[in-house]
Amino acid sequence: MPNPKTLRVRVDANKCQGHNRCKAVAPELFELDEYGNARASGDGRVPPGQEEMASLAKSNCPEFAVEVIEE
Amino acid sequence: MAGRPPVKDWSTDFDHLDPAWVADPFPIWDEMRKTCPIAHTERFNGVYFASRYADVRAVAYDTEHFSSRRVVVRETPPPRIPAPPITSDPPEHRAARMVLLPPFTADAIKKLEPRARALCNELIDSFVGRGGCDAAVEYAQEIPTRLIAHMMDLPEGDGDLYRKWIHEILEVGITDQRVLMQAVGDMTRYFAAAVEQRKQQPGDDLISYLLHARFNGEPMTSDNVLGCLRLLLIAGIDTTWSGIGSSIWHLARTPQDRRRLVAEPGLVPIAVEELLRAYAPVTMAREVVKQTSINGCTFEPGQMVLLSFPAACRDPEVFPNAEKVVIDRKENRHAAFGLGIHRCVGSNLARMELMVAVEELVKRIPEFCLDGEVTWSEGTVRGPRKLPLRFH
Repeated sequence: MPNPKTLRVRVDANKCQGHNRCKAVAPELFELDEYGNARASGDGRVPPGQEEMASLAKSNCPEFAVEVIEE
Repeated sequence: MAGRPPVKDWSTDFDHLDPAWVADPFPIWDEMRKTCPIAHTERFNGVYFASRYADVRAVAYDTEHFSSRRVVVRETPPPRIPAPPITSDPPEHRAARMVLLPPFTADAIKKLEPRARALCNELIDSFVGRGGCDAAVEYAQEIPTRLIAHMMDLPEGDGDLYRKWIHEILEVGITDQRVLMQAVGDMTRYFAAAVEQRKQQPGDDLISYLLHARFNGEPMTSDNVLGCLRLLLIAGIDTTWSGIGSSIWHLARTPQDRRRLVAEPGLVPIAVEELLRAYAPVTMAREVVKQTSINGCTFEPGQMVLLSFPAACRDPEVFPNAEKVVIDRKENRHAAFGLGIHRCVGSNLARMELMVAVEELVKRIPEFCLDGEVTWSEGTVRGPRKLPLRFH
């Protein structure tokens, strides 16, 4: 059996402007720093059941800063 | 605005103060997007207007050719009134922005939510028994004015003064420079007195925070602090007031959306994003400082650009059914708070105020409709200024 694919979220720090949309739609997948800029929580791995939230974080980012990577 | 020469055509002679534009700009922008996505007018000493999302984004990201040193299009260019970071370009912009971000993070704003909720209920208490109200005057405009006064620990009743200055700076001041400079002077003196008082007696408020903040590692000067305070007041009030007003206007004339929010309060955060997209209140401006070209249009130095985030938010290339309010729209990359390095510093505050204002209103008054003529603001912040409602 091949391993099921894992998803990871990533925030491009050069693009993030702190809109906080990712944190609003997927609160467990993202963290904010003291200036309100986002980064992935932990290693960015998306737990089962949160795939749609990860995808919404990507499609709601006004700066195209959120990526969802399939590994 | 009375007495302005009529617009000959929207591609080469547009005027954002024209009564048709003020009353209902959306069909005009839809037409411009199709026929002339980057329009130009000789009015106001020369202004470009981009109506496509991609072009608005390109201008917003290009700080080399498009400067923020002038962010309002006016009839005669006034002396520059610095209000960093909104009027700053890189590299100076960053340090000024870093000062303002911490007090406006989502966590910091969350602490203000109970006061916002209580305030909305106090306002509703004052008119609910009358069976109707002017929701622009008696509700929408009171929320951001009183809350910003609360953040600065200034009397919430000073809100009348703030609204007068903002009207003079952002509406009358577009064509009357004397009124503009008088209002800026009055506002600066008001804040200078508050700054002196906080130097003697610091507290747990935004003015005291700014006085102790570091700017590029140095303490803030009084001028830095006054610039920040002017910015917060000018940028934070009629913008949010307009967003709240437009949202209520939509809910008053769209009973199915209103009833859905009453039945599903959990939908409010998503609905608020859609209302922000459809009725984005704020159009910014840039000054062209170096010749460049976007989407086949050459931008000449010295001219202004109206950076219409509201038009970008209605571009059907990016938003399916862009002309419709889809109250549960899930994918919504809207640009109501701008794009790039000048993203609205107060976006978390504005969102919180908008959510609380809508939630409390539909909770207390689930059935309401328009009751008379609605009037809209003139200039680059769009929202209802008279919004008569009748409650059922």
